[in-house]
Amino acid sequence: MTINMDTQSNSQSEALYDYLLRLGDSPLILGQRLCEWCGHAPALEEEIAIMNIGLDLIGQCRNWLELAAKTADNGQDADKLAFTRDAHQYRNLLIVEQPNGNFADTMARQYFYDAWHLFTLEALCNSNNRDIAEIAAKAVKEVRYHLRRSREWIIRLGDGTELSQQRMQQAIDDIWMYTGEMFEMDDIEKTLVQEGCAADQQQIKQRWLDEVAETLATATINHPDPDAYMQQGGKQGVHTEGLGFILAEMQFLQRAYPNATW
Amino acid sequence: MYAQMVDTGVKKIKTLEEMTQEEQAFQKKIDDEIKIEPKDWMPEKYRQTLIRQISQHAHSEVVGMLPEGNWVTRAPTLKRKLQLMAKIQDEAGHGLYLYSACETLGVSRDDLVEDLHSGKAKYSSIFNYPTLNWADMGAVGWLVDGAAIVNQVVLQRTSYGPYSRSMIRICKEESFHQRQGYEILLTMMREGNDAQKQMVQDAIDRLWWPSLMMFGPRDDDSPNSQQSLAWKIKRQSNDELRQRFIDQTIPQLEVLGCTVPDPDLKWNEETGHYDFGEIQWQEFYQVLKGNGPCNRDRIRTRKKAIDDGAWVREAALAHAEKHRDSNAA
Repeated sequence: MTINMDTQSNSQSEALYDYLLRLGDSPLILGQRLCEWCGHAPALEEEIAIMNIGLDLIGQCRNWLELAAKTADNGQDADKLAFTRDAHQYRNLLIVEQPNGNFADTMARQYFYDAWHLFTLEALCNSNNRDIAEIAAKAVKEVRYHLRRSREWIIRLGDGTELSQQRMQQAIDDIWMYTGEMFEMDDIEKTLVQEGCAADQQQIKQRWLDEVAETLATATINHPDPDAYMQQGGKQGVHTEGLGFILAEMQFLQRAYPNATW
Repeated sequence: MYAQMVDTGVKKIKTLEEMTQEEQAFQKKIDDEIKIEPKDWMPEKYRQTLIRQISQHAHSEVVGMLPEGNWVTRAPTLKRKLQLMAKIQDEAGHGLYLYSACETLGVSRDDLVEDLHSGKAKYSSIFNYPTLNWADMGAVGWLVDGAAIVNQVVLQRTSYGPYSRSMIRICKEESFHQRQGYEILLTMMREGNDAQKQMVQDAIDRLWWPSLMMFGPRDDDSPNSQQSLAWKIKRQSNDELRQRFIDQTIPQLEVLGCTVPDPDLKWNEETGHYDFGEIQWQEFYQVLKGNGPCNRDRIRTRKKAIDDGAWVREAALAHAEKHRDSNAA
């Protein structure tokens, strides 16, 4: 039997397209969640920081989605991808679509994601796909700051007052079940890792666990059960109920006035 | 302009002969365009007037984030979302500089915010109007930031040093916001469909008069202006600034191909200015009193944000306190 080269390269570019959506959708949805904080943050300094981080994330999402559109070469662009796909076509991690909750919930979500995000981007700087490596190199500088800030908040709230510690502990416990998915690699990712194009989550996982263990210890927060049952499905398009509402709000104008120029 | 009807607490402006030596020296500095700095002697009423005016301005920046927050989650494209987020971030930054400028006068940010929440301090009446469609994000940038710039450009020369320096910094960013707002509207008018064009006209119809109200009452009804002008806290009168705004805005309106809801608006060849109709002053005073469409929501939202965040701020302080020694080491 001969291998059909066209089919193989098609499935490769489909895998790449899917992977780029995974990279772009998570910062988009997290950025959108951060926008919901506008005017409601606990201090003016935090309004600035939250908007600033949201800006970085949505800027990164635009780069990834533009590259995804270029890869698919089917007349899409970053805006069409962001504003006209339905929830099952979204490839973001479940963790980023979790509601803002209180400030501790937002910070726990941010910290677990930031640590994963930074290590993943650092790995992607060495991708043999030059476009990916370039976007990652730019984003890595921003995300280094994101992680420093969210880590500081975990520590401040954990090792703050009795009330803040209680809230931080609850937040960490609640979001924990959404962290495992970050390191689950399906065939798409495994293939791309073999090709030297994607980040190997097996290698990132230990780094992430070490980072988290150290921070939680400093924050006097009990480490959640490492063997706890983990939710997954976001990367394959199976989401929590929250995502549909996020998209309904975010996509409103593009859905109500299709193909309009803004 | 983000400060309206700032009370100076002065019934009658003193003549030079009525002033003490200190007051005379102070007024001479003002007259010679020498900036007043935080450590300089100043009349108590000058200080209080500045606190009222600068804090109103700071509060306006912060409350002004809410009508934009109303659309930031619904911006139509990634580019527009990024622009709006950057604008909101700038506004929070302006709030921060202005609170800092105010703190140089010996008040704390916490007390100022408390006064906002209790209703003692005001913020610009414009932010008590709702943002009802996406074009409002353009119209707010173009008209509201536009009106603010007309005032703030003049305030770059205000007599109090820290306020003047904040204004110089803020003006640069505001001009950028204004151009961006106008570009939102221009894109919708030139490349948009009929529904989008209607949104633009609707936004202008709703925001035009409230934007003119931003300059405050007519000069005849502005009892505090004379003292503020003598102290050079204000540099031009409400009516002068309002006229300048109208004169520069109408040609831009014509480029858009839109109209304003004022049948009396027309160019006056003789004066070289636009004539315009009477502002609904009753509405203006009602909005200032708290009876605008969004007053209650705006304040409740701000108060809730700060109240809900109290435990976060307390935790940050407690943490810093615990680690003060190790940080100092």
